[in-house]
Amino acid sequence: MFKRGVRNILLTPFLIWAGLFIFIPLIFIVWYGITDEAGNFSLLNMGLIFEHGFWDALKLSVVLALISTVVCLLLAYPLCLILTERERDNTTIISLLFILPLWMNSLLSTMAWQTILEGNGIINQLMRLMSLPDLQLINTPGAIVLGMVYNFLPYMVLPLFISLSKIDRSVLEAAQDLGANAWQTFVRVILPLTIPGAVSGITMVFIPALTTFVISALLGGGKLLLIGNIIEQEFTFQYDWHVGCALSVILMIFIVLNMLLTTAFDPLKEEEDAA
Amino acid sequence: MKYIKQIYLAIIFLFLYAPIGVLIAQSFNASRYRGHWTGVTLDWYVKLFNDTRLADALSNTLSIGLLSAGIATILGLITCVAMKELSRKWRATFMSVTNIPILNADIVTGISLMLLFMGMGLKLGYVSILLAHIVFNVPYVILCIMPQLMALDKSFYEAALDLGASPFKAFTSVVLPELRPSIFAGFLLAFTMSADDFIITHFTKGAGVDTLTTAIYAQLKIGVHPEMYALSTLVFFFVLIFVLLFAINRRKLKKYEEVLT
Repeated sequence: MFKRGVRNILLTPFLIWAGLFIFIPLIFIVWYGITDEAGNFSLLNMGLIFEHGFWDALKLSVVLALISTVVCLLLAYPLCLILTERERDNTTIISLLFILPLWMNSLLSTMAWQTILEGNGIINQLMRLMSLPDLQLINTPGAIVLGMVYNFLPYMVLPLFISLSKIDRSVLEAAQDLGANAWQTFVRVILPLTIPGAVSGITMVFIPALTTFVISALLGGGKLLLIGNIIEQEFTFQYDWHVGCALSVILMIFIVLNMLLTTAFDPLKEEEDAA
Repeated sequence: MKYIKQIYLAIIFLFLYAPIGVLIAQSFNASRYRGHWTGVTLDWYVKLFNDTRLADALSNTLSIGLLSAGIATILGLITCVAMKELSRKWRATFMSVTNIPILNADIVTGISLMLLFMGMGLKLGYVSILLAHIVFNVPYVILCIMPQLMALDKSFYEAALDLGASPFKAFTSVVLPELRPSIFAGFLLAFTMSADDFIITHFTKGAGVDTLTTAIYAQLKIGVHPEMYALSTLVFFFVLIFVLLFAINRRKLKKYEEVLT
């Protein structure tokens, strides 16, 4: 479109920006993570992850994030299938209604779940009206999973919806003409075609769920600590940046694995290859 | 089967809107403690307009949102235009760099930027929050603009050049209008992300400067002021009306198109 020199000039601002605000900050974290307070190289802080409290928090974070991701995936597939098969006109309004809750502050809506789930909360008051025994809902791992699903479901729905709506109707009709029933069409046609969307949804849900400290603080009652809570405390209460950074470096390992997964299934790349 | 689908949609809707309903109800609750219903009041809406600290937080949220989205849109647009000219391999490399702030965990981004700002000797406050928000907004803008730019037909631009337009003129009068929907979408997405961000703001803010989300978080332990529910209710209905008008407009436009064709 224009000369190479112009292109390079246009790229410069972003290169400087990325160097200063993406790469150098990450180097800072790694640097703090592998040094001790005297500034000497030390892997002691990284090794802390194997200590009792930290290891349990990491395990709980991974398990809850995995469960939430699977729940989001299972909820989103039928939802997106229903949404894409509707008439075009209705789809816009219905999908807007799904995006609308995103404009409610997520801290406040998570707190509203407290009001619904707590000991004297809305669900338990309904249970009492029906003279059923109270349920222990708040401060359980289940409540944290519910909060994660509530907060991150849109990140699963949007990429899945986009990749589902890109499927050509005639492909589905062809599958039916060839004798596939609804289930076979889903497993052998729809599922393979939507894998890029599902993968990007999975990474967009798993990482924030793994690293959150807000949802666990609100719905876990401060007793169920996730790795995010521990890192946050190292910075706001303990003021031990080296430990906090060392634990962040361990989170970065998960993030890098996730990035590798997304690049392997990059939808943009596939489109270009096809073009 | 049709009923099952409708019931499924209804359940998901209930799940998504239950907490929002609770918040709206709380904004009219006479008791300042959540979960205790003592009657209907409009007090919180009146108090909302006299609360200067809340007004400060709101104006910070809005100005940081608009500024960071605006700057991110300009930077993102320039980068997209340049990236279109790269070879496929280099473009893929660049795209994965631009994606880092989205794929990275907010807590890691927040901490790393805090360390950078303190290392640079920048006082944590309004400017540090603004910079941090631009950092995570740029990739959203690029994700919105890049697909449309890649799909754009080059021949219009080249025709403009052949007809004697300068490259800058050809870009602003041919390419830019084509990109307007995605630029607008990118700006809007960036603003939304900025306004709703808590974690990165939490780490990059200094004492004394608050956005709405950090103000809410500070109140969570002592009990959120009900003015906050009132404000969120107003914001929610404002967006709802905006969205409905948009949807109605689209329908009408479609009908006109159908009549015309």
